[in-house]
Amino acid sequence: MDELKLYTYIAVFGTFGLYFAIAWWARAGSTSEFYIAGGGVHPVLNGMAIGADWMSAASFISMAGLIAFLGYGGSVFLMGWTGGYVLLAMLLAPYLRKYGKFTVPEFIGDRYYSNFARVVAVLCLIIASLTYVIGQMKGVGVAFSRFLEVDYGLGLGIGMFVVWVYAVLGGMKGITYTQIAQYCVLIFAYTVPAVFISLHLTGNPIPQIGLGSTLADGSGVYLLDKLDLIVTDLGFKEYTTAKLGSTLNMFMYTLSLMIGTAGLPHVIMRFFTVPTVKGARSSAGWALVFIAALYTVAPAVGAMARLNLMNTIQPAASEPLEYEQRPQWFKNWEKTGLLKFEDKNGDGKIQYVADKATNELVKVDRDIMVLANPEIANLPNWVIALVAAGGLAAALSTAAGLLLAISSSISHDLMKGVFMPDITEKTELRAGRIAMTVSILVAGYLGLHPPGFAAGTVALAFGLAASSIFPALMMGIFAKSIGSKAAVSGMLAGIGITLLYIFQHEGIMFIKGTAFLGDMARNWFFGIDPKAFGAVGAMVNFSVAFAVSRIIGERPPEDIQAMIEDIRIPAGASAAATGH
Amino acid sequence: MDKHQSYWKANLRLMTICLSIWFVVSFLFGIILVEPLNNFHLGGYKLGFWFAQQGSIYTFVALVFFYSSRMNKLDKEYGVNEDEEQ
Repeated sequence: MDELKLYTYIAVFGTFGLYFAIAWWARAGSTSEFYIAGGGVHPVLNGMAIGADWMSAASFISMAGLIAFLGYGGSVFLMGWTGGYVLLAMLLAPYLRKYGKFTVPEFIGDRYYSNFARVVAVLCLIIASLTYVIGQMKGVGVAFSRFLEVDYGLGLGIGMFVVWVYAVLGGMKGITYTQIAQYCVLIFAYTVPAVFISLHLTGNPIPQIGLGSTLADGSGVYLLDKLDLIVTDLGFKEYTTAKLGSTLNMFMYTLSLMIGTAGLPHVIMRFFTVPTVKGARSSAGWALVFIAALYTVAPAVGAMARLNLMNTIQPAASEPLEYEQRPQWFKNWEKTGLLKFEDKNGDGKIQYVADKATNELVKVDRDIMVLANPEIANLPNWVIALVAAGGLAAALSTAAGLLLAISSSISHDLMKGVFMPDITEKTELRAGRIAMTVSILVAGYLGLHPPGFAAGTVALAFGLAASSIFPALMMGIFAKSIGSKAAVSGMLAGIGITLLYIFQHEGIMFIKGTAFLGDMARNWFFGIDPKAFGAVGAMVNFSVAFAVSRIIGERPPEDIQAMIEDIRIPAGASAAATGH
Repeated sequence: MDKHQSYWKANLRLMTICLSIWFVVSFLFGIILVEPLNNFHLGGYKLGFWFAQQGSIYTFVALVFFYSSRMNKLDKEYGVNEDEEQ
């Protein structure tokens, strides 16, 4: 076995062993521990757990690559996926913590005194979380097959087993403490290569500062100016100004990701685990600190990776690299099919240009940017091994959070809440564990045989969260006059219009060939991408709810109004927490 | 107006200020005004680009902590904090 493989085995299975040890130590004995870790998690630790819960395989592996190729346009992900926490911290988290129950659909059901609303929320939650979890499972399979050369299916199986052990055994309690460990692993794995690369390119070890510094080659040219120059020479759009569609599209894209982030149930439910309202507020701040630690490094990783790639392929101006002299990492990634060269003009050199007709680097998968970065920058083998463990930590921690959201909405909302209210706590706990096991099996199966809709994760999960869950929660807290009928019509209208727009473009449930655009052009609604449509769905939801409320003149009953008054003030949070 | 209601008003006022800043640094500086701001520089960063990929995120972090500490103060001022009644 070569050195790299040995290091990778040590890093991956060493971290797995750590997760098992934590799982055994943090076993759950009650429903309260299973759903909300007993409600006693320290806000800083909860912030760390939220960081791992939130940062998925996509954040870890794909985001920097996206930014590398989109340039300025990639900012929508950076602002969207962090700005949502501002909304969460001010509009939702403290109030939902004060309310002090177990799940997000439970709040919607209670606040709108409607089991129908609760079931709609459960359905949105399950669809959004399930599409999201498929992506994580795929990430696990890919990481195993690429770094350890294990079969994709076997890798997926190992990942499923690891999650099963600590999520089923420990519930939220086990997940919380493993997520804290996973955060440490993933942030370390992300930052170390970035520091090396920044130091190498600019002489400054802090990537956030390195990105704005001059190059270390003595030319005195700023890194970003150099990058702009190189990419525009080859006909690509200027890195620092390339937009993602129109300004309006970027605006709506960012807004949709923010609202969607604030409405994702697996993140919201982490706020139920802290002891106080004060704790929920500061927890949101700490979560954002831990998330920002990765999200402010990502643009540096993206730009520097793009520069390294360009410098490798085009060592001197108008002097492309001879294909026979390509470096080892190039050969490694060619084997995986993620990097493809086609010598169109037969000169044996790699012409990488924007023009599709003459471009010879016919495929550069954006995920390579993070995964191959250490190799491109000639970093030692242990760093590469670390990236494998970090990617797995990111995928597993997010998968566990999502699986808990799914299983608790089944055992707590559907079974205990709506269909079998008489079951005992012990039965509910067992049901939760069974639901979790089934969800893992379903997620594993879908990871192995990805359905059409797996590709639409971002559009579907964020679209649903933004158009249904976020407005329902926000009106539940801030608009006392909104009653059951108004809220339900708002939710259905928001979901309806969002799904219509997405499916119109991408096919019904993303099945190829079922798109029904007819004579309409793509992005026909003011040039807005279907992925950016959640914000429109949310506005429709709000407008319909207020209109219906005004027309039918419905007011929520007295006890609901009193409940809203009560969640608006922090006093009594600990009493509320023990009240179930 | 009773105590709870004026507490809620104060909270909404604070929230409006914070969310305005949230809007300005991301949507305004990072997207709408990005081109004019790009005429200014922060080291090697064009200023609009910096807000979109760095500055907005730092501001978000500061905002959440600012909101959280001001709210804790408001809770005490209006006597609705959690420790009060235990």
